Amino acid sequence: MTLLVIAEHDNAELKSATLNCLAAAAKLNAEIHLLVVGHQCASVVDAAKCVSNVAKVLVADAEHYAFQTAENVAELVIGLAPNYSHVLAGATTFGKNMLPRAAALLDVSQISDIVAIESEDTFVRPIYAGNALAMVKSSDAIKLITVRSTAFDAVSANGGSAEVENLTPAADTGLSEVVSREIVKSERPELTNASIIVSGGRGLGSEEKYHQLLEPLADKLGAALGASRAAVDAGFAPNDYQVGQTGKIVAPDLYIAIGISGAIQHLAGMQSSKVIVAINKDEEAPIFQVADYGLVGDLFDIIPELEAKL
Amino acid sequence: MKILVPIKRVIDYNVKVRIKADGSDVDLSNTKMSMNPFDEIAIEEAIRLREAGIATEVIAMSCGTAASAEVLRTAMALGADRSILVELESSPEPLAVAKLIKAVCDKEQPTLVICGKQAIDDDSNQTGQMAAALLGWSQATFASEVKIEGDCAVVAREVDGGMETLKVSLPAVVTTDLRLNEPRYATLPNIMKAKRKPLDTLSAADLGVDVTARLSLVKVMEPPKRSAGVIVDSVDTLVEKLKTEAKVI
Repeated sequence: MTLLVIAEHDNAELKSATLNCLAAAAKLNAEIHLLVVGHQCASVVDAAKCVSNVAKVLVADAEHYAFQTAENVAELVIGLAPNYSHVLAGATTFGKNMLPRAAALLDVSQISDIVAIESEDTFVRPIYAGNALAMVKSSDAIKLITVRSTAFDAVSANGGSAEVENLTPAADTGLSEVVSREIVKSERPELTNASIIVSGGRGLGSEEKYHQLLEPLADKLGAALGASRAAVDAGFAPNDYQVGQTGKIVAPDLYIAIGISGAIQHLAGMQSSKVIVAINKDEEAPIFQVADYGLVGDLFDIIPELEAKL
Repeated sequence: MKILVPIKRVIDYNVKVRIKADGSDVDLSNTKMSMNPFDEIAIEEAIRLREAGIATEVIAMSCGTAASAEVLRTAMALGADRSILVELESSPEPLAVAKLIKAVCDKEQPTLVICGKQAIDDDSNQTGQMAAALLGWSQATFASEVKIEGDCAVVAREVDGGMETLKVSLPAVVTTDLRLNEPRYATLPNIMKAKRKPLDTLSAADLGVDVTARLSLVKVMEPPKRSAGVIVDSVDTLVEKLKTEAKVI
């Protein structure tokens, strides 16, 4: 049995979701190959070689892989998949976009967003916004799986010495072209692997207040910024800050929910956090039912005071 | 151009799901069901493209039990011109739905398929991508803006860390994200009118598709429960507890 993990990267850096995905793969106790598809991505290959537990790094480097479009990556993956028992990718926007395409072409039912591995054909995944967990058994010959990062502790990025094999790229499908990609550069930690998250909701009232109140607090804590869907829809924060069922799934050591009422769709994205603090003026807000520490009051007074006292 | 919009009947967005006592599945008896919210956005986008004179016809389709006709009537009340129900005994897996979408596309020849990025019941996020694969079409998932430019669609997509603009050749499959549009409400006259719009019922066999499930449900479990903690009386107490009790700062 050999497993294939599809690396996530931007041609410069290997993304942390890959390390979580490798941790899930390690639970299947088999040889692991890591596939790097990109263009001029030598630094990613160097990083991939060093990741612990990887036996072989497969590299497909071609100009039509520069943006790793679903059409082109899936075309490559379907050629490789028959050599493997399992193909895994992170349940990130990259993995969610690409892997189902490969699964359909292989005539396989994908198992999305797994949080636990029961055996080599049986997996646990959240359904209904995480309000239930389904244990499913696959009868397909190859298992295609996306992995929820927060459910598996990352493997070490060091200590490995994998051999590298260069692959012949698959043909360019020519179906899609990335016109632009605007990735927000931030000094803050990435939302999905931050140890502290300061998250704001509609209670903040405006984009100006969101930034004015939350940024100093996040700076002081070295935290990432997050937001509820309501805050993103109201334009307080950009879309990639959204935590919830259809946004980012996070599980930091400390999640501070400020002015967030706690809709089930939001709770689905953060209820695995180690410690949850809720600050809200409405003592009936559902967020208090999952918070370890609640503070009822006016966040416009509380947040500056909290920042000053940390 | 014709647009096909596959939709799913799911538990209502505001209802919390219950798990059966024997853990065999979730219990949907006497539960309010609605159109998947992402599919409402898909219908809305298709109707706007028709209103803008870009699309000529909007066809809604659904794969499920006879009750799925309800959401097709809703889609037609919102503005879809006609509907296709592929009647099945149980809820199919995304792969089977993708095969049914392909079969309907082979018949109807739409230029665009717009569907929700995921259904809020199984949260799989697969169907659109799979349909695009089987059709050999391009895909633009998690769309927050769709513009048709000649024989291409230019789609703004929500991706981790920011935004991406993708140009895909038509025909294509687009899956909707939350911020693509704000769906309208059906008016009473339109609800009445929808009752007279055509709704064709087909079986999977009519379309020559095998919908046999590949995954079996072993059991459904409650997620680990969090219990409410304590309400603290001041910022000082909060900071104190985070430092000494929770030890997270």
